[in-house]
Amino acid sequence: MKPEALLHPTPAGLFCPIGRFHVDPVRPVERALITHGHSDHARSGHGHVLATRQTLDIMRIRYGEDFCSSEQAAAFGEEIDVNGVRVSFHPAGHVLGSAQIAIERDGLRIVVSGDYKRGVDPTCAPFVPVACDIFITEATFGLPVFHHPDPKEEVGKLFTSIEQFPERSHLVGAYALGKAQRVIRLIRDCGYDKPIFIHGALAKLCDYYVSQGIDLGEIRPATVEKSNPEAFKGAVIVGPPSAFQERWARRFNEPMICFASGWMMVRQRAKQGGVELPLVISDHCDWPELLDTINEIKPAEVWVTHGREEALVRWCELQGIPARPLHLVGYEDEGD
Amino acid sequence: MKAFATLLDRLVLTPSRNGKLKLLADYFRDTPDPDRGYGLAALAGALDLKSVKPAMLRELVLERLDPVLFQYSYDYVGDLAETIALVWDGGRKERVDDSHQPRLSEVVTRMNSLGRLEVRGAVRDLLDQLDPSSRFAFLKLATGSLRIGVSARLAKQALSDMSGLGDNKRDVTEIETLWHGLAPPYEALFAWLEGKGEKPVLATPAIFHSVMLANPVEEGDLAKLDPKDYAAEWKWDGIRVQMSSFGGTRKLYSRSGDDITNAFPDVVEAINFEGVIDGELLVGGTTRSNSPTRTFSDLQQRLNRKTVNNKMLDEYPAFVRSYDLLFERDEDVRAEGFLERRKRLAELIERAPHDRFDLSQLVPFSTWEELDQLRLAPPDPVIEGVMIKRKDSVYQAGRLKGPWFKWKRDPYNIDAVMLYAQRGHGKRSSYYSDFTFGVWADTPNGQELVPVGKAYFGFTDAELEVLDKFVRDNTVERFGPVRAVRAEPDFGFVLEVAFEGINRSTRHKSGVAMRFPRIARLRTDKLPRDADRLAALTAMVEARES
Repeated sequence: MKPEALLHPTPAGLFCPIGRFHVDPVRPVERALITHGHSDHARSGHGHVLATRQTLDIMRIRYGEDFCSSEQAAAFGEEIDVNGVRVSFHPAGHVLGSAQIAIERDGLRIVVSGDYKRGVDPTCAPFVPVACDIFITEATFGLPVFHHPDPKEEVGKLFTSIEQFPERSHLVGAYALGKAQRVIRLIRDCGYDKPIFIHGALAKLCDYYVSQGIDLGEIRPATVEKSNPEAFKGAVIVGPPSAFQERWARRFNEPMICFASGWMMVRQRAKQGGVELPLVISDHCDWPELLDTINEIKPAEVWVTHGREEALVRWCELQGIPARPLHLVGYEDEGD
Repeated sequence: MKAFATLLDRLVLTPSRNGKLKLLADYFRDTPDPDRGYGLAALAGALDLKSVKPAMLRELVLERLDPVLFQYSYDYVGDLAETIALVWDGGRKERVDDSHQPRLSEVVTRMNSLGRLEVRGAVRDLLDQLDPSSRFAFLKLATGSLRIGVSARLAKQALSDMSGLGDNKRDVTEIETLWHGLAPPYEALFAWLEGKGEKPVLATPAIFHSVMLANPVEEGDLAKLDPKDYAAEWKWDGIRVQMSSFGGTRKLYSRSGDDITNAFPDVVEAINFEGVIDGELLVGGTTRSNSPTRTFSDLQQRLNRKTVNNKMLDEYPAFVRSYDLLFERDEDVRAEGFLERRKRLAELIERAPHDRFDLSQLVPFSTWEELDQLRLAPPDPVIEGVMIKRKDSVYQAGRLKGPWFKWKRDPYNIDAVMLYAQRGHGKRSSYYSDFTFGVWADTPNGQELVPVGKAYFGFTDAELEVLDKFVRDNTVERFGPVRAVRAEPDFGFVLEVAFEGINRSTRHKSGVAMRFPRIARLRTDKLPRDADRLAALTAMVEARES
């Protein structure tokens, strides 16, 4: 069988004509397999959704009870038959509940990695390499410039800054799902035990992480009306970066804008965003991790989706690995 | 190297002056000698490091990275030094062991001891030994393009702050006085700042001495003063300089203490006196040579250059209009009164070459009203106001209120329309506080608003709330951090913009460039259709030039 007969890109996303399902579709479809809960991968309005229990829970939190007509939870490693196509979910190490999806028929196996990373992250199950013929990889940080440092060193920069500027409120920008909880957990693991304040947009997802056994320490809302800026002196406040440009941010004392993201590797990017303290903490692979993963899995062919596809395709060519870009649209950088 | 690299990374992204000072003072306090001295030299532009050409760096990186991958990376990052710092490890995951990283002082001594043929290998080795952030700092130093928004003055202020952490706070003017007599790595300076050593002794007196500054005349200031106690001079639109000459060492410093000797050989070589003179650097002819003083935009042709060619020297001859004397030979005369110092100065200038030096003329007046009239109608277009100096004032560094005043011609004013807004930095990062404004111009499409400048201060906090709200409520388009706002003949925000001067500009689409524009008033009483026309601005330029 030609691989394209099992899975190929369409305007709605990757489509499996035999199994009659899409993977991470960007518009409503009848049957969707979802890798993880970030809003560009998991959208509402599909007929049937197959995903991990945690991804389904996250979709329910974000979109409400009727986010789809019917749902089915997949356990890691469990083999499920979808209209004659064998699918299975495997940990991707990206955020809580994130999975790679293996799609198999007549001895041909394609793995859709979704977003993934190889670094240590206590807030989700670690990536498991799955042998396959075709590996579909993301390339969010698919350029040789990206080398994510040890996240604990980055948290150390935050602590140094709090020591140097004890009167300033440290506003740490982190996306609501995954990054925020990972950053809070990292701050705890580095020995910080004071309360951490959060923006309202983070509350439900933080509660969910805690219910899944991930201890985040003492979390307090930073959204109290007429709160006293004095109370936030030297405090750590975690919120979605978009909130820092809004009137919300004015309640804090001389806010120090920090941003936890893999993009912070590039100085100009930090500068343009008005970030004073960049923290290079990413939920995606950096360049060496992408290369290591491909070398480890040794697929016969690599397909590259969203991100800097051309550079990773070029590298594969130089290594003699057949590779092509998929040019899928609709996936943004939300997860980082 | 790591401490210096971390400092650079933080400084680049820290907009507030106090924030920068804190970072700098902590660095100077926590970093050992001689590293901090080389760090200070690098920040103050006084570090001499064997330079590396970008072409060689490009060759080095291409030894290990596919050219196509390098190009993709460079296109994405946009800065050569940063690209190389980031891609140097390629597909390698291993991280550099911090404890084996070379220190800044080692990097400086190693680089400066190299023969020409050894540079390439040494740079390659260093890049291998450094972590990405230190690599970036090293490449910026080696290519000589450390642009981080820190002036030499700010670094010295941080030294003063750092010394204040003990109980022997050193004033920044004292540091300034010593500065030009010292060389990296400044170990004696640091010892003195920390109270562990004597004040360093200067080898040559031909150093920069902190200048005396004037306060602007404000409402009611002059009413309290007797005109008989004061002398007045024209305030020329040039740049303030200090000439220093002792025993064959002749130096020209800018007002902030930057050494600009090499850019003005015509002036420096003409110095035939010994002492320290305070004056205005201008282009054109001296009063004594009977040729006109030329405009600031002509002077600008000579500024910010490391060296100068003969054509520039011919077309834009520089001279100094002298107005004060700090030292006559090695005699410190700063404690004498202004008129006594001026008398000494006049004798000295009389003997100096006539085409390069003249004496700033006194403007006779008997009442403040009379001086006001003179100020508003000066005899020369390059005059921007008057200076008022107490006849008995001693020369004191800094900006003391009372002895010296500057009374400028009223700044220019126009009514313009807000076109774009951008968020500010630091405290203002949640406010739209940087405004691009425009005036009406005839275009092929009829009357249109064209951008003429940008202003980000002049308003009060309360006014900023009003401006910010207007931007948020009337955004029509977004371009990254910039918002375009509604600006139509009958709807929009009119700003009264004040500025110090105006020149022709080929860099700006409108053809004019303002100096120091600021928002003087919010004209909520006006509609955009009432705003000024571009013709009004070009008329200001022409009036200035004629």
